Amino acid sequence: MSATAVSAAKPLTRPEMAARVARDIPEGWYVNLGIGIPTAVADHVPVEREVVFHSENGVLGMGPAPAKDAVDPWLINAGKQYVTLRDGGSFCHHADSFAMIRGGHLDLCVLGAFQVAENGDIANWATSENDTAPAVGGAMDLAAGAKRLWVMMEHTTKDGAPKLVRRCTYPLTAVGAVKRIYTNLAVIDVTPLGFVVRDMAPGLTFEELQARTEATLHVPG
Amino acid sequence: MIDKTVRTMAEAMAGIQDGATVLVGGFGAVGQPNALIDGLIEQGAKDLVIAANNAGVGHTGLARLMELGRVRKIICSFPRSSDPVVFETLYRAGRIELEIVPQGTLAERMHAAGAGIPLFFTATGAGTKMAVGKETREIDGRTYVAETSLPGDVALIEAWEGDRWGNLTFRKSGRNFNPVMAMAAKLTIVQTQHLRALGEIDPDHVHTPGIFVDRVLHVPYGDPSGF
Repeated sequence: MSATAVSAAKPLTRPEMAARVARDIPEGWYVNLGIGIPTAVADHVPVEREVVFHSENGVLGMGPAPAKDAVDPWLINAGKQYVTLRDGGSFCHHADSFAMIRGGHLDLCVLGAFQVAENGDIANWATSENDTAPAVGGAMDLAAGAKRLWVMMEHTTKDGAPKLVRRCTYPLTAVGAVKRIYTNLAVIDVTPLGFVVRDMAPGLTFEELQARTEATLHVPG
Repeated sequence: MIDKTVRTMAEAMAGIQDGATVLVGGFGAVGQPNALIDGLIEQGAKDLVIAANNAGVGHTGLARLMELGRVRKIICSFPRSSDPVVFETLYRAGRIELEIVPQGTLAERMHAAGAGIPLFFTATGAGTKMAVGKETREIDGRTYVAETSLPGDVALIEAWEGDRWGNLTFRKSGRNFNPVMAMAAKLTIVQTQHLRALGEIDPDHVHTPGIFVDRVLHVPYGDPSGF
């Protein structure tokens, strides 16, 4: 595995990644954004494009964070941050909220991940088989239940190890669930053929991208 | 006359047995029945199985109950929090059992218990370690995992409004697990911010009908704070 510097390439910043994902979300979709990196996607969907954001704790039609002096202590998201509710928004209990997820009613879920495999397997909840106290939250429900699952993550670990792999080595969240991956280096579809590159960061070559990816990359054809 | 209201915490907690499975509502601090949890601490039942989304924060509430050695097992989806020190210490020392359950499966297991459904199949967790040791079934080409219902002996619930028949409303994201837990337990105990006269809650606005509720205690504590 080559770890040469990406010379001419300009990897996307986190806000640029969020904006790139937001660009692909059409009006009318019901969308759940996972805790962590994906949460920022909402900030890049213009308010006039009506996308309905869902939070596992029974909030549908979630709006942005409130001003500091306008916090409603009864209104939090799944990350336990204060949020707002848009006009048209509603509340429900947990079983209904997860019926939206598990019943295939969400058009899209965007999750962070430790690893995604070329067969669409995702590992995003534990990094060891014997974690001291594993915490899964709603990740398995979201990964298995949404109509489409996109992953948003850095292309490699901080140490440069690939996160787009042939087979996940960490405990799985769901099998064959991921449809698309947005990283700081590329947009990649998961297809029956494997990983197909749809878009790359400015200045990056295909060879440089492959060098940072364990599984074989394909060009659209 | 049906009157499910109780006037004291001791009345609210009466009869909770050692070894009981207690379902505790709330998601973060919102909709969490803190007064009832403190009442359970005071009441003294031990060897408890607690089902809740989280495993306690700091040294109060559920964390305090665990710290006192009263909880044998916790069933939850997310035992991490901003300050999970009590749970993690007990867990590492092997002094508390953990059953980790995907959040939607946790909600549905209680919903099923309340609806008289002992077993159901879900795609959540198929092909993962959550499915190990469980029955699986192929239905229309997809693999599903069998999950059992999760009935409680007791549910501790926080409502926004309640009346003497036990009809309840909840406030915003404070609804969360409360309605499904109210359905799933043999003894459902509610703390409510507002106690309404019978007929005062618009029937169209009732979230949990009184049939699922046994005791209502008026605890007008104000707003949730901290997670």
